[in-house]
Amino acid sequence: MIKSDKTEKDIIKRFSGLNLNIKLYTMVLALVAIWIIFSVATDGNFITPRNISNLLRQTTVTGILAIGMVFVIIAGQIDLSVGSLLGLTGGIAAILNVWYNLNGLVSIFVALIIGILLGLWNGWWVAYRNVPAFIVTLAGLLVFRGILIGISKGYTIAPLSTDFQFIGQAYLTPSSGYILGVVAVFLVIYLVLNSRKTKAKYNLELPPLWIDMLKIAILIFFIGLFIFILNLYIGVPLSVLILLILMLVFSYISSKTVFGRRVYAIGGNVEAAKLSGIDVKKITLILFALNGLLAAFAGVLLTSTLNAASVSAGQNAELDAIAASVIGGASLSGGVGTVFGAVIGALVMASIDNGMSMLNSPPFWQFVVKGMILLIAVWVDVISKNK
Amino acid sequence: MSEYILEMYNITKEFPGIKALDNVSFKVKRGEIHALCGENGAGKSTLMKILSGVYPYGTYSGEIFYNGEKLILHSIRDAERKGIAIIYQELALIKELSVKENIFMGNEPNKNGIVDFDQMYINAKKILQQFNLDIDPNTLVKNLGVGQQQLVEIAKALSKSASLLILDEPTSSLTEADVEILLKILKKLKENGVTCIYISHKLDEVMEIADTVTVIRDGKTIGTDSAKNLTKEKIISMMVGRELSQLYPREKHFIGEVFFEVKDFNVYDTKIQNRRIVKNVSFKLRKGEILGIAGLIGAGRTELVSSIFGSYPGKWTGDVYLEGKKIIIRNPSDALKYGIAMVPEDRKKEGLISLMSVKENMTISNLENYKKNLIGTINENRELLDVKDYIKKINIKTSHFSTQVKNLSGGNQQKVVLAKNLLSKPKILILDEPTRGIDVGAKYEIYKLMFSLAKEGISIIMISSELPEILGISDRIIVMHEGEKKGEFENKNVTQEMIMQCAIGGRSNND
Repeated sequence: MIKSDKTEKDIIKRFSGLNLNIKLYTMVLALVAIWIIFSVATDGNFITPRNISNLLRQTTVTGILAIGMVFVIIAGQIDLSVGSLLGLTGGIAAILNVWYNLNGLVSIFVALIIGILLGLWNGWWVAYRNVPAFIVTLAGLLVFRGILIGISKGYTIAPLSTDFQFIGQAYLTPSSGYILGVVAVFLVIYLVLNSRKTKAKYNLELPPLWIDMLKIAILIFFIGLFIFILNLYIGVPLSVLILLILMLVFSYISSKTVFGRRVYAIGGNVEAAKLSGIDVKKITLILFALNGLLAAFAGVLLTSTLNAASVSAGQNAELDAIAASVIGGASLSGGVGTVFGAVIGALVMASIDNGMSMLNSPPFWQFVVKGMILLIAVWVDVISKNK
Repeated sequence: MSEYILEMYNITKEFPGIKALDNVSFKVKRGEIHALCGENGAGKSTLMKILSGVYPYGTYSGEIFYNGEKLILHSIRDAERKGIAIIYQELALIKELSVKENIFMGNEPNKNGIVDFDQMYINAKKILQQFNLDIDPNTLVKNLGVGQQQLVEIAKALSKSASLLILDEPTSSLTEADVEILLKILKKLKENGVTCIYISHKLDEVMEIADTVTVIRDGKTIGTDSAKNLTKEKIISMMVGRELSQLYPREKHFIGEVFFEVKDFNVYDTKIQNRRIVKNVSFKLRKGEILGIAGLIGAGRTELVSSIFGSYPGKWTGDVYLEGKKIIIRNPSDALKYGIAMVPEDRKKEGLISLMSVKENMTISNLENYKKNLIGTINENRELLDVKDYIKKINIKTSHFSTQVKNLSGGNQQKVVLAKNLLSKPKILILDEPTRGIDVGAKYEIYKLMFSLAKEGISIIMISSELPEILGISDRIIVMHEGEKKGEFENKNVTQEMIMQCAIGGRSNND
């Protein structure tokens, strides 16, 4: 009797992934705790649909940066230049749009290309010239910011054309939000069932049906809740949808593709990775290019949301992104981390900013609290490892 | 004073889920060399970590008496103060510092807090001379060979006037010559009244120097006896709990034609230009043949094979022919494409990604084969089938394929590295010290596997520093000395002495 209990537990553990992500679950719990505290402290104003919508929009920039950063960190590298890169690409997009009257979408496209090129620049120095990433990207931090100040001549560039403003400020209508939700639900059901089918085809052990059903139910609940709450205000913000899509795409890349597996291998043990036939230099180059692309995404989004580009845009954003990745479970020694965790980390940071400004606490406290949360998150991880 | 310098009674130490030590008792007489034997994972290292303060008092149960007094240690520092020094399998020297600084690390001779380097030099010199070690105390440790580093480590322990010295696998990375020096030093230390606990897999050494032998298995003491009453075979059977009829399960296999050839290989030092580590080495390999490469450490064996495999960081020249055609291998990825796989010497550093699972480690060099679309999605079902297949085939003992590989024992880790290389379906498998630091049982299984691969027609190049292994496994043997190929033997009536002669520089051939 006891024995069968134990095996059932094992099955649940193994197939639900519960045992693997303790770190992440503590983080989600911490997030919930932070939300409860702010909700109580603000007499419920923190969890109004309006504020949740704002909070999610505040998360987008750090969230997108963190998605790229966590990849770089998993590979055992660091990128300090993304804040400046964000500022520069956002600035270039705005200059093209405002000063040269270029179409918004074309300006954005050019900015994204420049983001990739600057990322390749970083990556080339790191991978093919063997300069440590810390130094290369510290140089990038200075150089990119310098170029931004130079080309903008110190002006704030505004206002943008309406098509440019659209991506940062638009909302889905409630009905299209629900349609999207229904599509997502069907997709989830299809993916789960399809995975069961192929597993069965290969004669592999299947998780009990009820676990999969439970997973589907939970996902449907959260998708529904998410859209329902945001529709109570205006609708799902387009920028938040972009963040979610990027998160899903890069989560998939990191966990399901050859490229992702290799990134983890390089961060885990670069020597072994080389001997396993992995082209470490090429992958490092691609990683920095991807990070440049994501920083440009964030730059464009920030510029669009603020309807302006300024020389100080994105200052210290690289530190927020690193903190978000680490809070979300990444380790600076490489080999560990998840995209989902990094986005949760960004949400934690944004929650603190948002909640504390609602409480009218002086801004300096936000720095102190965020710093302490970072410190404690890593400390908790350290003691849980030593156990 | 009691006859025993150390008495450990009923020591039990538990880790989450495992009882690493179960009521172990262990007594060491004053002034003896006491060998502690057991398979990997038997609990030897855990026991020694308790004794040296790594696991402090209170984290285990049981009692320890040292010089008749109850021993309570809160840190490694405590143990050192009592005269207990431990030398680990992995070297704990700081490579960028000099020999003298390493020896006196933590107790530097000083005046008012300012280090007296002259005094340090003189003291270091004295200690080194005591053991006829011709090492300049000002040399940086990184410029010493592994063997000399090990000796420096011992000098370091002695500078702290240790009266109980624990050596954990001290010879696992030493050449025969360095082993000789080490054993001599240990005998000399014994004359000076130092007590020694000697942990080793190498039973020849144990039989040579130990006065007493204790065997532990699965966290329990199996027995303690005077070395005179024991034989190698007896110790092995105590260690593995079964009689090993044969250490080397030689099996007949068909050997085909020459199909791989290495010509005029020269490998250059990564630091000193124009210094050749491998000099004009050529050899041939036949299909299904096991070619042993013997030699002392520093003979250039690892450099030779890593150059062939494309992973050597420095410059090399030479030609490689596969099935009569010249091939060019620029990096490991090229080598794998041609069907050449290599299991590197240093499993932890170069073979395994310890944070990753057994499954992920096994398929990492072979992921291309599991791509199922253009963006490179891994077909995880197919991957899993292969992984399960190999776990079964080569008997990897792991609770689950998603277990992190760092939680496996040394032997099973090595099997994971082997599986990884076999999954790439190689024609040639290079094994660099394939059984280093793994226990007798796992060794036996790896030998078995090598023979079954040879039967399938896979050719194997095996580097080994253990002569019995070279003789027990190889079909043909080449011997290297200071970068040159000094000898080549068909493995018939070859003796360890013949190979040793060759490895230290004398030329000889039997065909």
